[in-house]
Amino acid sequence: MATDTTPTVATAGPVAVRRDAPPAEPRRLNFGRALAWTFMILVILVSLFPFYWMLRTALSSNNALYAGSGSLLPVQTSAGGFERVFGLQTGQEAIDAGGAGQAINFWRYLFNSVVVSTLITAGQVFFSAMAAYAFARLQWKHREKVFAFFLAGLMIPAIFTLLPNFVLIKQLGLVDTLLGIALPTMFMTPFAVFFLRQFFLGISREVEEAALMDGASKVRVFFRLIIPMSLAPITTLAILTYIASWNEYFWALMVSYTDRSRVLTVALGVFKSQTPQTGPDWSGLMAATLVAALPMLVLFMLFAKRIVNSIGFSGIK
Amino acid sequence: MVTTTSIRSAKSGQARNGPRDDTRLALLFILPALIGFGVFLVWPTLRGIYLSFTKFNLLTPPQFNGLDNYVRMVQDPVFWNALKVTLYYVILNIGFQTVLALVIAVMMQRLTQRTWLRGIVLTPFLVSNVVAAMVFLWILDYQLGIGNTILAAVGVDRIPFLSSSSWVIPTIAFINVWRHVGYTALLIFAGLQTIPETVYEAGRIDGASEVRMFRSITVPLLRPILSLVLIITVVGSFQVFDTVAIATRGGPVDSSRVLQFYIYDVAFGRFQFGYASAMSVALLAVLVAVTFLQYRLTRAETSDLA
Repeated sequence: MATDTTPTVATAGPVAVRRDAPPAEPRRLNFGRALAWTFMILVILVSLFPFYWMLRTALSSNNALYAGSGSLLPVQTSAGGFERVFGLQTGQEAIDAGGAGQAINFWRYLFNSVVVSTLITAGQVFFSAMAAYAFARLQWKHREKVFAFFLAGLMIPAIFTLLPNFVLIKQLGLVDTLLGIALPTMFMTPFAVFFLRQFFLGISREVEEAALMDGASKVRVFFRLIIPMSLAPITTLAILTYIASWNEYFWALMVSYTDRSRVLTVALGVFKSQTPQTGPDWSGLMAATLVAALPMLVLFMLFAKRIVNSIGFSGIK
Repeated sequence: MVTTTSIRSAKSGQARNGPRDDTRLALLFILPALIGFGVFLVWPTLRGIYLSFTKFNLLTPPQFNGLDNYVRMVQDPVFWNALKVTLYYVILNIGFQTVLALVIAVMMQRLTQRTWLRGIVLTPFLVSNVVAAMVFLWILDYQLGIGNTILAAVGVDRIPFLSSSSWVIPTIAFINVWRHVGYTALLIFAGLQTIPETVYEAGRIDGASEVRMFRSITVPLLRPILSLVLIITVVGSFQVFDTVAIATRGGPVDSSRVLQFYIYDVAFGRFQFGYASAMSVALLAVLVAVTFLQYRLTRAETSDLA
């Protein structure tokens, strides 16, 4: 039953994860184990160091970075970088610190990112769930053929549809709008449909039959039974979709021209091109980078276990 | 009302104990997805192929010009260079990433199965390519980057990571490995979990070493998941764009001008959408061929774990 992610993932996925039998760990500390741990610690350091370095640089004062490039702690601790990102400095102050003179519309970009990611996630997950329900639980002619056709869509790489989709969005007059950025992935992705169908297939017939006997309609069964019972995989898919759309750059770059539709990833690129090429405003750039990354890091902290455990299942991306 | 009738027919169907038919309701349920699928996936695919045979600048309607774009492509040295650079990147990126991910996955399985370790390794995946590119642009800066400071401390000469034509592609590959290796390792880790521990016990009783068991048990039994991972990551890495767009914009000279960046440049820098489409068709063809080849070579359909 789909009440908890872990067992569902374990049984319904193409990769059957065996969690019942953890391998016996040889506990004695020998040379090989020590070597392995050294390697893992190195991996952990390399994974996390850049995050620390963003923070350390963001908290440094930009002009002091040149002298103290080797210091592991912030040099001349200052919140100036963050102030520039949030537009709390005057243009002259920013230029003096090596930043761009223009105001940075950070809150606008954050708002845009939230709107786009929420639109995509809400639409994609809901519509994909509806389709998945039709493919998993409803009886209709040509069901398998249509589903196979959907799956074939997995084969088309994103790059290929980007240019024609841009032409389409332009013809619809949606260039430089948030809807224009969200639209192509708002209705479905073949992966989302496939992912949810797997779970819906696993829900027992009896529960559904009982509800139908009681006079519930199929629509009611979907909303009152299937969705609540699949809350765990739906949340997982929603989180993964949110992260992916938050981090999307290429498509957003194509569609947005002004602050009206600029999302954080695109704004970050613009911010970088605004700072002087000769002596970039590294503390400002790192403050912006950290601030742009923060929402997803917080989301990860909240749902780390669920995200980590679902990766094995989401293999077919 | 579509819904009521279909529900009624479904119910009566059940009452007859015959096969139920929910066609109308099903159609209603897949309609949004079908619209998205048709309008933003199928139609663009067909249109992209059509546009590749036209001269199109976005402002005037596309003009059919036959194979002109393809002829131009075959004669365009920048295209061939972009293809070469992309291939070089893919090979470096995939080689490095797969080996590293495999090692990390095995270590995670043998050392500790705790979530925190997997969480840490996955953390870089949470940030965008743009963020990753920016951080490493700073860490690997020639003058001030901590990367070069560390190198200097151990007595290695400074390396112009992103400004030398021989270092730039390996550096971009490294940045993307940093972001993606945790994800790949977790996919492989999930595959490792499917190998029954009894196989290892048998190996241990026979006196096999860890290395021997890795070679003779883990790798062969992991083949299906490895080939799946390879197909996903190869297709993904052919589409490298973000890092190049942020960190180098194709430079120095053309040494990091990957195909996708060139396509973008031709389309949005010069408004030659027809030619850009032709190159996307070429990229699609390469991807299909690579996927097919990989599938055959790795015998993805067969598993030793019957």
